[in-house]
Amino acid sequence: MFGDGAERPPKGSLTGNPAVRAAFFQILLVVALVALGWWAAGNVAANLRAANIATGFGFLWDPANFDITQSLISYNASMSYGRALLVGLLNTLLVSAIGIVLATLLGFVVGIARLSKNVLVAKLAQIYVELLRNVPLLLQLLFWYNAVLKPLPGPRQSLELGGGALLNNRGLFLPTIDAPAGGPAALAGLGVAALACAALVLWNRRRVEATGRSVPVLPIAIALLVALPAVSLALFGGAISLNYPELRGFNVAGGVTLLPEFVALLLGLVLYTAAFIAEIVRAGIVSVSKGQTEAAEALGLRRGLVTRLVIVPQALRLIIPPLTGQYLNLTKNSSLAVAIGYPELVQVGAGPVLQNTGQALEVISLIMLVYLIISLVTSLVMNLYNRRIALVER
Amino acid sequence: MKRLLASLALTTTLLAAGAATAGTLDQVKQRGQVVCGSNPSLAGFGVPDDKGQWVGFDVDYCRAVAAAIFNDPTKVKFVPLSAKDRFTALQTGEIDLLVRNSTWTMSRDTALGVSFTATNFYDGQAFMVRKKLGVSSALELNGATVCVQQGTTTELNLADFFRSNKMKYEIVSFATNAETVRAYDSGRCDAFTTDTSALYAERLRLTNPDEHVILPEIISKEPFAPVVRKGDEQWFDLVRWVGFALVGAEELGVAQTNVDEMTKSESPEIRRLLGVESKFGEGIGLGNDWVVRIIKAVGNYGEIFDRNLGDGSRLKIKRGMNALWSKGGVQYSPPIR
Repeated sequence: MFGDGAERPPKGSLTGNPAVRAAFFQILLVVALVALGWWAAGNVAANLRAANIATGFGFLWDPANFDITQSLISYNASMSYGRALLVGLLNTLLVSAIGIVLATLLGFVVGIARLSKNVLVAKLAQIYVELLRNVPLLLQLLFWYNAVLKPLPGPRQSLELGGGALLNNRGLFLPTIDAPAGGPAALAGLGVAALACAALVLWNRRRVEATGRSVPVLPIAIALLVALPAVSLALFGGAISLNYPELRGFNVAGGVTLLPEFVALLLGLVLYTAAFIAEIVRAGIVSVSKGQTEAAEALGLRRGLVTRLVIVPQALRLIIPPLTGQYLNLTKNSSLAVAIGYPELVQVGAGPVLQNTGQALEVISLIMLVYLIISLVTSLVMNLYNRRIALVER
Repeated sequence: MKRLLASLALTTTLLAAGAATAGTLDQVKQRGQVVCGSNPSLAGFGVPDDKGQWVGFDVDYCRAVAAAIFNDPTKVKFVPLSAKDRFTALQTGEIDLLVRNSTWTMSRDTALGVSFTATNFYDGQAFMVRKKLGVSSALELNGATVCVQQGTTTELNLADFFRSNKMKYEIVSFATNAETVRAYDSGRCDAFTTDTSALYAERLRLTNPDEHVILPEIISKEPFAPVVRKGDEQWFDLVRWVGFALVGAEELGVAQTNVDEMTKSESPEIRRLLGVESKFGEGIGLGNDWVVRIIKAVGNYGEIFDRNLGDGSRLKIKRGMNALWSKGGVQYSPPIR
């Protein structure tokens, strides 16, 4: 506005002072927004009252009266809507957490494979990325669920996968380990071993820095991790027994069950997201200048060490921010489970909870708020990690 | 997505100051058609046929309302709605009237801002299983996997039934009826549960209908009724009395074939029903020949039932509880006088 300094009004005038005026308009805007929000909220409340639609979050404590297929916490129909939503939330977090880990592993493998000097490997990786990345996720989910998992044989003709695992159209059934008498002792042993390993790694790092020589950390760590729990089991009674799934009545019972809905959702999310992560990883690696590799090789480092010590740390700086975006996408995309019946937050919330209470505004805003919180927490964690690995300029 | 849009629409409607709730009939007249929420995929109740014409027991109710207002049963726009979207669509004003095999319950009637007019079909929930399972009673389903549609009273009755009989089950629930039926057909579940009438309808769509049997236990009361928004008494009365007129016509023997002759009847009851005497149509904002229009267009309750659900249809559902009160059922019309 004041392109020409000569036109500025004298400083003493309050209305003429740009800083004062800017602050005034900003405050005015905030007040207007708050007033608009206040008016809208009041209007909604009044209209809901006029339409005789129940309002408020009191329903969260009312009994839900419906059942849910998969629950990580104890749940039955006599518990509350709030509890049902919590069950849905935990199911969302479960599939997201496992999905993020698997998608990251697969994405890194495929991304690195795309840069392989082996043409076959590189081409296969490219085909994977282009195929999975360009088909809508919803279609992929419907494919895995309807075309792959549902046509499997019924529980009486289960496919035996070896090791006691069964696969049928009711899910994937895996044997579990029954907790032996020495279970707690073994867990304690494992904990001690883990601490010892951590100490070993730290001690070895100092030793390398001081003397340039290292001890073989990996074999020692594995020995510790196996031996300590084993010894505790032997001391405190450790007859390990497996709980095998078997046909009982209508269904397979025993062991742990992975529902077809869960498997289809996980497969779809992991394969789809991994294709994007692969491209991010490839971009990150390619962005590290070739001079870095050459310099490292000139120092006499082996190829593996060049990748691990020189390229990956630099590539990570570029990989982490878009990777965060993919993690958020995976979490949010898990709500597509609505189409295949996996009971995550939206399926439970916008399904029976919304239907039986009729409180669309409350339920939908609650779900949106929860997704917002999950996303913000994920971003926060990733940003902290990003800060840690960021390039420290010297 | 559709649900989110619906909620968004609800929000927008609620934000608009003083959302109009009254005057549905005027709006309908101005628009020239009734907008009716219907089930898009339940044979016998509501489904478009191979020519794209909507047919069914619930569809005919909407047509009867259109006939009463416009003397033309085709002046209806049908909006296909899933169980999850139906009440939101009504709350937001997307539809004037919901006739979609919807069970009348206290919480829906009192907390959703909607009103159920009068029961047009008495149903009850049952189970369907494969014959080869060798199950002959719902009480033998302990440990079974059961497919059910989400957000329905069916889902709640299912939980009640297994809880009160101290049996265990695995539930698999889907947002749409089509998805639920497909899952049962593929063997994902041992049993499929919904309202009995719908079980008969859905069985016809399974890969091998003869391999399935409907178990005898009826585990719930499911009175279906048309639904309107609260706050418009005139519209509520109109929709409700269209239903009573259909039953009343059957009680008095007034049918599609004989309605013209019946206007010459000496019976004071028939003369009142058909508007030859008195002016009951005006009380709900219609012409006095409103019942004549309805019956000419869609027939009486018995004719509609027979054509869509009974012997005149593929479903062959018996009248049962839906027979007239004078014939052992509970369909009963308050007198038009």
